[in-house]
Amino acid sequence: MDKSYYKKEDLKKFGEITEWQEKLGEKFFDYYGEVFEDGALTKREKALIALAVAHTVQCPYCIDAYTSESLENGASEEQMMEAVHVSAAIRGGSSLVHGVQMMNKVKDISM
Amino acid sequence: MKTLKADTHELSKPEVQLDIINNYNPNIQSLSKFEDKLDGMGLFPLKPTGIEIFQMNVGYMCNMTCKHCHVDAGPDRKEIMSKETFKYCLDALKESKIDIVDLTGGAPEMNPHFRWFVEEASKLGKHTIVRSNLTILTTNKYSDLPEFFKKHKVEVTCSLPFYSKSRTDRQRGKGTYDKSIIALKRLNEIGYGKEDTDLKLNLVYNPVGAFLPGDQEEIKQEFKKELKQTHDIEFNDLFTITNLPISRFLNFLMMSGNLEDYMEKLVESFNSSAAMGVMCRNTISIGWDGKLYDCDFNQMLEMETHQDSVQHIKDFDLDALNNREIKVNQHCFGCTAGSGSSCGGATA
Repeated sequence: MDKSYYKKEDLKKFGEITEWQEKLGEKFFDYYGEVFEDGALTKREKALIALAVAHTVQCPYCIDAYTSESLENGASEEQMMEAVHVSAAIRGGSSLVHGVQMMNKVKDISM
Repeated sequence: MKTLKADTHELSKPEVQLDIINNYNPNIQSLSKFEDKLDGMGLFPLKPTGIEIFQMNVGYMCNMTCKHCHVDAGPDRKEIMSKETFKYCLDALKESKIDIVDLTGGAPEMNPHFRWFVEEASKLGKHTIVRSNLTILTTNKYSDLPEFFKKHKVEVTCSLPFYSKSRTDRQRGKGTYDKSIIALKRLNEIGYGKEDTDLKLNLVYNPVGAFLPGDQEEIKQEFKKELKQTHDIEFNDLFTITNLPISRFLNFLMMSGNLEDYMEKLVESFNSSAAMGVMCRNTISIGWDGKLYDCDFNQMLEMETHQDSVQHIKDFDLDALNNREIKVNQHCFGCTAGSGSSCGGATA
């Protein structure tokens, strides 16, 4: 028995979530499709944003999908790794900025 | 790197390649068939819209052995178009209104009759396109070709899979990128790729791996920006071409464990608009030995034109060819996936 929580082939079944909640599922996929259509941002820019977010939420499916999507849309390895660094910077920064809260609390309760 | 043929590799056999892309495993076997997809949209049997492009593969010899090459071209390939076959091609061109002659290979420049033929095609008033690998133009023997191309207003369509050195060299061999940049600069110097000249310089982008090409216009703009900024290089157009699952690219797919996913992706991405515009509908492909094919890919799979039509250039008959049934198989999904793919880039 496969003990892995994440199975590559499950990504292809993503659309099946609609089977148990059709209305919400369809609304989600319509919205999802429209988000990635051409707009004020290019497809390559959107793919790179999605790649960074995929690393932030640490979703293996999304990392696979948006690595391919970034390559397909002409992103370079350098651009893709910079996107991951943006993700890391925001994640790290979001921890560190709470350091201010810690400092405030220390000041509040210290003599 | 040796060619598959020189290695007597199983994948150098067309029947083995076709068997793999049809029957490799139950999942690949269960994929939709290309002819059924066409049938579903009333397009089967596939017929030409009228031949406009006369694409001649003048030989499989090449100075390079790129990892993705659908021709399995390389220095050890001996198949070269003879002058006699070139003459049959000229005869066919003389009697037809086909205006575009597209020369491919291998490295077409390495054919000893190449310059003579370009001159003859030029005398007939045909527009000639040469598909150049660029690096050949940096070798001593062929370094004067850019001026020759200019003299005959040859359109140069050349391979550059990416604007970065690492990705280009991974596909086409170490040192390719630097040589390609030297060749592009030389072409720019004599007016190729400049907006105020009629000397057209186009780039061919093809994915360096098991993924499809994205939006052609967006990739073109990115290439324009990067090549201008980094090397002050200009070009006219960029064509995105999907790698078809045959020959050396098929070998890569198998060795890297990507075959099934790639075939699935090609089939899932079938686009009926791209199917309407597939290049075999307006192109005839002539092999080095004069045999006729629906496209260069069918040529490599030895799928000759339909037996009820004409099968050799010496018997050229435009009406018969314009009414032929085009042969298709599972590799054809490569030309209909996403935005479509042809020697002139995206089709949808």
